[in-house]
Amino acid sequence: MSIVVVDYGIGNVKSIINAFDNQGETLVLSRDESVIMKANGLILPGVGAFSHGMNNLEKYGLVKVIIEYVKTGKPLLGICLGMQMLLEESEEFGDTKGLGLIKGKVIRLPVEQTNKIKLPHISWNGIKEKNIDWKETIFDNVKCESDMYFVHTYVAKPENEDEILSVTDYFGVEFCSSIKKDNIYGCQFHPEKSAVLGLSIIKNFINICK
Amino acid sequence: MNKTRIIARLDVKNDFVIKGIHLEGLRKVGDPNAMAKKYYNQGIDEIIFMDAVAAYYDRNSLTHIIEKACRDVFVPITVGGGIRKIEDIQIALNAGADKTAINTKAVQNPNFIKEASEVFGSQCIVSSIDAKKKVDGQWEVYVDNGREPTGIDVLEWVKEVESLGAGEIMITSIDKEGTKKGFDIELNELVSSIVSIPVISSGGAGKKEHVSEVIKSTNVDAVSIASLFHYGIAPVDSLKEFLVNEQKIDIRL
Repeated sequence: MSIVVVDYGIGNVKSIINAFDNQGETLVLSRDESVIMKANGLILPGVGAFSHGMNNLEKYGLVKVIIEYVKTGKPLLGICLGMQMLLEESEEFGDTKGLGLIKGKVIRLPVEQTNKIKLPHISWNGIKEKNIDWKETIFDNVKCESDMYFVHTYVAKPENEDEILSVTDYFGVEFCSSIKKDNIYGCQFHPEKSAVLGLSIIKNFINICK
Repeated sequence: MNKTRIIARLDVKNDFVIKGIHLEGLRKVGDPNAMAKKYYNQGIDEIIFMDAVAAYYDRNSLTHIIEKACRDVFVPITVGGGIRKIEDIQIALNAGADKTAINTKAVQNPNFIKEASEVFGSQCIVSSIDAKKKVDGQWEVYVDNGREPTGIDVLEWVKEVESLGAGEIMITSIDKEGTKKGFDIELNELVSSIVSIPVISSGGAGKKEHVSEVIKSTNVDAVSIASLFHYGIAPVDSLKEFLVNEQKIDIRL
């Protein structure tokens, strides 16, 4: 069994590796096509700007590899920017094309930024069940309204609401905080930074990969 | 809704967490990794490690502490002190930190905030500002761990770092720091009202009521705490229970 983190020079990969280690799984960091295709699970990490992330995936020839990997039906988990890049495009710094694995786009959190409603949204915030039963997903045994750690300004807006695994409220605006489409998972928050509950999500993902 | 974050601040010198008054008169209070782990187990929301002597050596020397902390602490970690180059940020992030706090270098070269936030994203860049009240009632920015006055007005500087792309501001009141007399409410209110990025309030908590006071009477998004936790006046879990149950403040339990 091997779970691979996509190595494309973006994101705090160390934290993800440490969190999986804590749950008994040693991750493989790689950008090698054969290693990725053989993986039992794949993690797409990422922080920072969407276009920077996509450019790096393209630079290492990883766009095609990730799309091919997903076709095998094996699990993929995108975290933060890694989730956003699963969509078709983002409006951050002008429209940029994403991986297109999930229909929809990435938009700026639709709140009016003030001295009370701040952006980036940096906070612990609750995740709520939407259209998918959490049982046997990465949120198996995670209670509705559990707090996770968020740090972002943009959010994914999937076209198909049935692909929204959870929603989160930020000053009255409900946004998509995680997605699930068949074997594809994405979390806007950082499970690797969300204390014990985050680690239980990681444990669930490991079990899904087995 | 937004949950106010409770952050433990560990100022580190020669591998020991130290605590002083007004950022001076430092004394050892414990091992940084053991303390970080304890606060994590008690439910802390974030941890900030500050290199208290970085200004002397012009570099950050906490990499080995961060690497170790990130193996058993699974909440966001910020590292500050002696961040002078883009490469320093990369080293901190590679060690497992999520954010870096930048102070002196930003004053010397404001463009550093802009450059750093463009390379790593705003979410990585905390502008750490040490403020001291002047006789005229205004606040002045100090650098080099609270030792050097700069002549810069705090409120103007706060607006500038926001426009340069800082993701958060950590405002430390030098007058209140380590005094256990409570936060500088006026300063925190002013700073948190003129920006639309998150503000972390730091310096002064000596009892639980000081924490609820600054949260309730200002727009700060997070509170950084040292003495309360380090001296066991209020452990993380008991502080959080007090804030939620008695003060009805929305935080993560």
